[in-house]
Amino acid sequence: MTTALAEQFAVAKEELISGSEAIAIACALADVDVITAYPIRPYDTVMQYVSKLKADGILDCEFIVAESEHSQFEIVKHASAVGARTFCGSSGVGWFYAFEAITVTAGLRLPVVAMVGNRALDDPGAFGVEHNDALAVRDLGWMLYWVATAQEALDIALMAWRIAEDSGVFLPFAISCDGSFLTHSQAIVNVPTHDQVQKFLPAYDRGKLQLHPDNPITIAPQVNEDWLMEIRMQTDQAMRGSVGVIKKVHEEFRTTFGRGDPSPFIEEYMMEDAEIVLVGMGTLSLPVRVALRRMREAGKKVGFLRVKYFRPFPADEIRQVLSECKAVGVIDRDYSYGSPSFGGVLFHEMRSTLYPLERRPHVLNFIAGLGGREVLVKDVDHIVDIIQQAVDTGTVDQETTWIGVRE
Amino acid sequence: MTLLSDLPQIKGVKNIPLQEGYTSGHRTCQGCESALVMRLMIKAAGPRSIVVGSTGCMYVANTTYYSTPWVVPWMHTQLGSSGSAATGTAAALRSMMRKGKMKDEPINVIAFCGDGGGADMGLSAISAALQHDEYNLLILMYDNESYANTDIQVSGSSPWGANSTFSPPGTKHRIMNNRWKKNTAPMLATGHPNCRYIATACGSYGLDFTNKIRRALTIGGPTFIHSIDPCPKGWDYDPKYSHELGMLAVETGLWVQYEIMDGEVILNGPSRVIAKGIRKRKPVSEYLKRQGRFAHLTDEDIEYFQSKVDESWEKWWLPGVVPFRPQEEE
Repeated sequence: MTTALAEQFAVAKEELISGSEAIAIACALADVDVITAYPIRPYDTVMQYVSKLKADGILDCEFIVAESEHSQFEIVKHASAVGARTFCGSSGVGWFYAFEAITVTAGLRLPVVAMVGNRALDDPGAFGVEHNDALAVRDLGWMLYWVATAQEALDIALMAWRIAEDSGVFLPFAISCDGSFLTHSQAIVNVPTHDQVQKFLPAYDRGKLQLHPDNPITIAPQVNEDWLMEIRMQTDQAMRGSVGVIKKVHEEFRTTFGRGDPSPFIEEYMMEDAEIVLVGMGTLSLPVRVALRRMREAGKKVGFLRVKYFRPFPADEIRQVLSECKAVGVIDRDYSYGSPSFGGVLFHEMRSTLYPLERRPHVLNFIAGLGGREVLVKDVDHIVDIIQQAVDTGTVDQETTWIGVRE
Repeated sequence: MTLLSDLPQIKGVKNIPLQEGYTSGHRTCQGCESALVMRLMIKAAGPRSIVVGSTGCMYVANTTYYSTPWVVPWMHTQLGSSGSAATGTAAALRSMMRKGKMKDEPINVIAFCGDGGGADMGLSAISAALQHDEYNLLILMYDNESYANTDIQVSGSSPWGANSTFSPPGTKHRIMNNRWKKNTAPMLATGHPNCRYIATACGSYGLDFTNKIRRALTIGGPTFIHSIDPCPKGWDYDPKYSHELGMLAVETGLWVQYEIMDGEVILNGPSRVIAKGIRKRKPVSEYLKRQGRFAHLTDEDIEYFQSKVDESWEKWWLPGVVPFRPQEEE
């Protein structure tokens, strides 16, 4: 029997679509069972595409428009416990409204896949990109990935279910997409066939943890001090184990679909012999690449390292790549008030990662693009100038610099 | 719509199923009526059920790691999430059965919550659940009239004047809880005209209770039952009187037993007899004076209490149920 889904995706094709639409298509290709929506900009574009795919009969799922983000995440949490493949998402304060549900989803080891359309945490009102919303789950047991292109959004979504639903992992997966720059901007995307995806992505099997009358288990009883540490440690083992699963799935994805970076965790750009390395996440890489190409033409040894997985954080790979450089400039599209260096979240993770190196590079922090403010090529030039000064003088005058702020 | 269970009405208390779905292993207080409500609920529903319970006494006192009392599959949900938990569970079953990912068979979905989780925090999620005609589910709100698991704090479902750890009588303010108990079941019935079954219940009337559970599970679509559960710890009385206090709540007219089924209200048991004028309501003082939580009430307070109950029977459009009436034409 040919389904509408198989018919729609019978042949591989190129489409001009946004990151949100790419993820909606991934939902259809993955045959997701339960999807919940609640409107908040900018993530909600994905649900507009999902609802149309459902309306047209291409995506056969329960599509529930919840009455709040909290319910949105609770519904998929429970659907996942029964064995259904799930998808939901949110942005900014909506993501925070769901935070209780988000917290327990990881604690219960439920492989929910969510899209975060990164948005500033208003008030004051702002719906441009900022990474603090998604970063808030960094200590909870969620895998956390930052996307740079619409193609990558589709690809990682397909991998996300595969990784999250691996019985050795069983952890939720958040796909972070920069608001507007990725959720709304269109690019050419290769859309695979239904057949290819079916071969790559097996059905979700909850196994002996499935909540069903044939398997009458009790989920999440009170454990208190008797068992909580053991359970926390099991979750830790799962997160540690996800590293191997991510590598395996990434390799298989590259073989099946013929695309993807060599590393699932980081993307290197002009890193060979780089003395100064910029580090960042998400769509920030676009202006950085343009600036770097010009600098390289001028003979400057500058490279860019894009961190894709924030959780699990690829510390080993980053250390290997940065062991020889002179200085690292971390560009944060987020901020952590009162943090050790009054800097960004990525910056502190990076400095902690680089601390064990025998020869530590200078690590500087740049706060840029908050609330969706554009990061321009000249901003990147300015950042590299500051880093160059640290390299030349051998000292860092100021650890954290805010870029492009009015006096 | 997914298949519905075949659960016929039970004729006579001796025909209530012997099979238990909620057994030993819990640590509820002596005289806990909510524990009885759980036991009757799953006796009525049977083993082909999934039960989801939100935070509260019936989570914390019931389910301890390695000693669960639940014979059926059971899962915890967050305090305000009984509606979402039921929706998510039912949606997963429906989707997977339709797509052939799971055997297509009737499975009851029941989510329970306390009055704090239901009438307060979880109200919006329950409201949303009751709008989804395509999902067969039951939300059971066991109402012990306080946040009883966290040391007895006042909730929106606590009675006026009740002493709780957040509403203790003091030298300046004798009455710290000035709110009148929320009229939850009719609020949900009025707000969700497509919902086919909403009822009130009380564990003191076991046969009536089990049959209400069965009607809720077999009528189709989302349903809601609100039960009043005397609580020895929170209400401050000797545990042996739980059953009697449940009956007194009904006989004084403070609690009204009814079903709202396909748009019709059916009063049950003593409430029906009172409404027909066959039997008189007992004075509320008989109920209030049996409980330590009302010990600080003065005669005037009790008179006020009685007047409010009288008003609900004499002035409301539908006695004890609908708290408004059409404007009288001049």
